[in-house]
Amino acid sequence: MDIFIQQLVNGVVLGSIYALVALGYTLVYGILGLINFAHGELVMVGALVALSVVRTLSPLLPGLPGWVLALLGTAVAAGVCALLAILIERVAYRPLRHAPRLAPLITAIGVSIALQNLAMVIWGRQYHSVPPLLPAASHQFAGAAITEVQILIVALAALLMAGLIGLVHRTRLGRAMRACAENIQVAELMGVNVNAIVVAAFVIGAVLAAVAGVMVSANYGLAHYHMGFLLGLKAFTAAVLGGIGNVGGAMLGGLLLGIMESLGAGYLEDLSGGFLGSHYQDVLAFFVLILVLVSRPSGLLGERVGQRA
Amino acid sequence: MNQAAVPLLLAEGLGKRFGGVQALQDVSFELRAGEIFGLIGPNGAGKTTLFNLLTGIYRPDQGHIRFAGRELGGRKPHEIALAGIARTFQNIRLFAHLTALENVMIGRHGRTRAGVLGAVLRPAWVRAEERAIRDHALQLLDDVGIASRADSLAQHLSYGDQRRLEIARALATQPKLLALDEPAAGMNGAETTELKTLLQRIRGTGVTLLLVEHDMKLVMGLCDRVMVLDYGRKLAEGLPAAVRADPRVVEAYLGAEA
Repeated sequence: MDIFIQQLVNGVVLGSIYALVALGYTLVYGILGLINFAHGELVMVGALVALSVVRTLSPLLPGLPGWVLALLGTAVAAGVCALLAILIERVAYRPLRHAPRLAPLITAIGVSIALQNLAMVIWGRQYHSVPPLLPAASHQFAGAAITEVQILIVALAALLMAGLIGLVHRTRLGRAMRACAENIQVAELMGVNVNAIVVAAFVIGAVLAAVAGVMVSANYGLAHYHMGFLLGLKAFTAAVLGGIGNVGGAMLGGLLLGIMESLGAGYLEDLSGGFLGSHYQDVLAFFVLILVLVSRPSGLLGERVGQRA
Repeated sequence: MNQAAVPLLLAEGLGKRFGGVQALQDVSFELRAGEIFGLIGPNGAGKTTLFNLLTGIYRPDQGHIRFAGRELGGRKPHEIALAGIARTFQNIRLFAHLTALENVMIGRHGRTRAGVLGAVLRPAWVRAEERAIRDHALQLLDDVGIASRADSLAQHLSYGDQRRLEIARALATQPKLLALDEPAAGMNGAETTELKTLLQRIRGTGVTLLLVEHDMKLVMGLCDRVMVLDYGRKLAEGLPAAVRADPRVVEAYLGAEA
């Protein structure tokens, strides 16, 4: 039972991070129908930029408390990722807005590879250890251990997601995003500057990705140039699981995927009598994804297929 | 009104070709400020193509359009909307999953300015702007007579109410010219009469109307001037009575209907 609670806690932490990244996929897909495969790399860029900021500042300002450093690193990472997302949209996607769907998918993969290699040149191939900036204190919760960093991750992710829901449903920008998601051409005819809305979606996704990058590296204490690839793929999976294009779906899908993975890691070995080790956690997660999609092709909260003509 | 001599919209020599089909050829006309201008013609005559040229969905292959003293050619649809041309659609195109009120509020988008930072920080001016958008949209819903449906999803409105909602949404952009693509399509007699009253009231607020319509009674009873298109060319233009009496029009359009 203790293991179950512990894996559930780990799963919620991991799932919160997946959810933040999944939102970036779903916002852009909802408006443009574009799968931005380069999005996962923004998580990596966010983590490494924040790390560089922390490494640069801490010897210069030795008295600075850890949480200030972490905050500064995250802020700079968010800014860099936002600018990068604007650049990617402008250079790699906007010229292909009216091209067949496969073309921007290919440029997305190209951007992803380019970003990975650029990061490898800047930060090298090695794993970087992330200094613990926040107290490593751990609390007992129903028989499970949860660190303060993990509590912070879940709380911050929940706050950001609540904020995003408010933004989408209660602001001028969110209203325009929903209108563009339904019919981008009509929105444009009603005076909505569609490019500005698309850029806003990319920027919001990038900021969430940067925060997620800092969270991942803080949680595992590691960052490297390749960390965005699998994470991005899983977050995309989470978005599809919840119903891509649906903001609530991305959150639900992220949490579910994180929990499934953690439970898989905790129980696969016992359940299979040692045949499958805990490193088969991804296999379990993707197996569940396949099951869900076979019965609900548009995802758990997705609109029925065919609604988007 | 010392500008009365200058037309609100001047289209000269418009041509548009789709593959082997010449959808429009050498069409010229002008819209005078404050009038109701009818555009009629058989199916496939090029009426919707002309609409799409005016609102920037297509670019003309030949000719040019001047609106309120400025060239429209090459401007994006949202810029044309802000220049003052709003439209409704032949087959209703509302944002089905937004409420009626939100649909109209989208029409206010281009006239307001809160962005990403405003949405996140929500300073006082952003909240005030949002209130103003909401109040304006509610007023417009009231003007077209569907204020009681403000919080219903657009897809749950009746057909007639959806048509009214499209008009309210278009008016929210503060147009100088409101272009209506078959607003009476699918309406019964009583609804058409109400529509006529509504359109006259809108004209009374100083908005110029361009009306594409198949309902001849509505066109003849409402429009100050009428233009007839046939096979992408201008067949006739003038007062409704004169156009109706024109033998070429009778043959091409009215005759075919009888």
